[in-house]
Amino acid sequence: MAWYLILLPLAAAVLALALPRGSARVRLLPLTAVLHLAGLLAALGRGGPLRPGTWLGLDPLGGWVLLVISVLFAICAWYTPAYLALRPNRDNRVFVACFLSFLGLASLLAQANHPGLVWVAMETLTLATAPLIYFNKNQRSLEAAWKYLMIGSVGIAFALLGTLFIAYAAHMGGIREPLYYDRLAREAALLSRPWLRVGFILCLVGYGTKMGIAPLHTWKPDAYGETPGVVGALLAGGMTSCAFLSLLRIQGLMAASGEGPFSRGLLVAMGLFSMAWALVFMVRQGDLKRLLAYSSVEHMGILLFGVGLGGPAVGFALFHLAANALVKCVLFLSVGNIHRSYDARQLPFVTGAIRRTPVSAWLLLLGFLAITGTPPFAPFISEFNLAVLGMGPGRLWPGLAFMALLAGVFLAMSETLVKVVFGTPSRARARTPYRDTFGTTAPLVAALLLTLALGLWLPRPLAVMLRSSAAMLEAHP
Amino acid sequence: MFCDSLIALTMLTNFALVTTSRVAKVIQLAVLQGIILGALPLAMGLGVHPHILAMALCAVAVKGWFIPFLFRRALRRVKTQREVEPYISYGASVVCCALGTAMSLMLAHSLPLAPGTTHPLLVPAGLATLFTGSLLLVSRKKALTQVVGYLVLENGIYLFALMLVEEMPLLVEAGILLDLFVGIFVMGIVINHISIAFDSMETHHLAKLRD
Repeated sequence: MAWYLILLPLAAAVLALALPRGSARVRLLPLTAVLHLAGLLAALGRGGPLRPGTWLGLDPLGGWVLLVISVLFAICAWYTPAYLALRPNRDNRVFVACFLSFLGLASLLAQANHPGLVWVAMETLTLATAPLIYFNKNQRSLEAAWKYLMIGSVGIAFALLGTLFIAYAAHMGGIREPLYYDRLAREAALLSRPWLRVGFILCLVGYGTKMGIAPLHTWKPDAYGETPGVVGALLAGGMTSCAFLSLLRIQGLMAASGEGPFSRGLLVAMGLFSMAWALVFMVRQGDLKRLLAYSSVEHMGILLFGVGLGGPAVGFALFHLAANALVKCVLFLSVGNIHRSYDARQLPFVTGAIRRTPVSAWLLLLGFLAITGTPPFAPFISEFNLAVLGMGPGRLWPGLAFMALLAGVFLAMSETLVKVVFGTPSRARARTPYRDTFGTTAPLVAALLLTLALGLWLPRPLAVMLRSSAAMLEAHP
Repeated sequence: MFCDSLIALTMLTNFALVTTSRVAKVIQLAVLQGIILGALPLAMGLGVHPHILAMALCAVAVKGWFIPFLFRRALRRVKTQREVEPYISYGASVVCCALGTAMSLMLAHSLPLAPGTTHPLLVPAGLATLFTGSLLLVSRKKALTQVVGYLVLENGIYLFALMLVEEMPLLVEAGILLDLFVGIFVMGIVINHISIAFDSMETHHLAKLRD
């Protein structure tokens, strides 16, 4: 089953490259998404613990992240045909192929049971997504793709060194190749602590760059700004989740070897710093896609903050991973629609969207309320609980700072978004032929309904999965 | 002894790299460093393992021949050959590089080594080279010099990887080779696109996107 999840999208990608007709190619996307999701659900339903000593396997943590990515991909794949129909003059061969290989490589990363394999998957994922950023084939998108590749590659190089340091820590402890994660976690007490610490810091820098936490996020506003909204959704919800998972695997080792307090302190500090940095750049940010990119920087900070708090907060951080991915999907896709309608994505051109594209504007508004933690949407559950847990016994400041930053982000985002949605329609921009259709809005509604459902009720199997994933990150020596 | 001099030579090339302004010269120095690093496993006596020999040969072929070939081709297409006004001046770069090297020595000193390690210098040399690469990346304006910075950063990882290559050949070789081929290959393509699209290789053309 592990191979099915990896090879199905990759085979579809090869097929997409080979198919001569664009319309047939586009139909591969939803088809692959459904088959992948079905296969994943079957694999998760069968469950059972990871067979020790294997390169690939679906453990609860990887399974949870892959489930989020697969659902996100399904929504994006449902939306993409309608989007590509709006851009008939662009060749979609490379776009569709890269889109599909993203899913295959993410499946590889989520199931990899070896630090080296995780790293390889992350590297190939970076390369496979770069052409998506260059989709518009103009100078601005070339600049964005260059920054994405350059900064991403440097980050990946740091992660490689971190991985080698952890391998050296294992070598010092007398653990021989192959270094499966389950085995390293079992024998974590043998790992050399100084090497593990430095390795963790290097991996935090490396995978943190890929996640886009401040101050390593500089590629993010450019890349998300210049790509189609659907690529932004895929990167902000999927790619960053992959990088976060890679970091979590190392965090699991840190906890298991008794170095948990060291890494958790770093994670809380980095998380709050990211949120603060994002807030500064969100104030008076008139560019919608860049605003969302900084929102993504903020939410990566929330994820680190949650894992850094430890204990019950870890489960909420993992829950937030899903909540963030779904709401980011709504936000990026609705902004993409509005961008199509105005042929612009900045204030003061984009105002009064509620009259031009009412459905997309409402979805953007609801998505904004959801991401900033308004009940009853899913992010409320995680953000509220993280704030409460941040003020737990023996600590007060983390929780207070967290709440203050969330409030600031709400104000900063609302300033721009209220103008965009409710402002007086500007006459500066002629109306393009774009109209909200079923194809460009139904996937967003589905994502929003899922967010709402998760906010009201967490199905039992998912709760069990979350609990066992959190336990993997909170192992004690 | 011979190995240690090679490692020291690598660290000296770091200093030469941060002070050179001519782009062609920077590329030459990066090639020199790549070739020294390719020779290093042989000097360490690791040449008896055929797979390590193959990795070293690949590294030399890519860093000593393929990359300079790509770079020179790109360089011919643009006229300016000199790195003008880097973000960090050459004098300050040397100071930074020296500080970075000193810090690497200190950090390496505080890390314990496995008993029987024959080349303890590899750790500080790797860290110092990594630092130099990052310095070049953030302080230079030309896309080509930045890619050279990335290469130097890779060299730093390669140096450290030599500590582990006998014990964990699979992890190390897969990582090094993938980084080498795929990373460089893609950068070659992007450089090509940039030089066509902008008719120049200055990254300040790539500064439209900002807040």
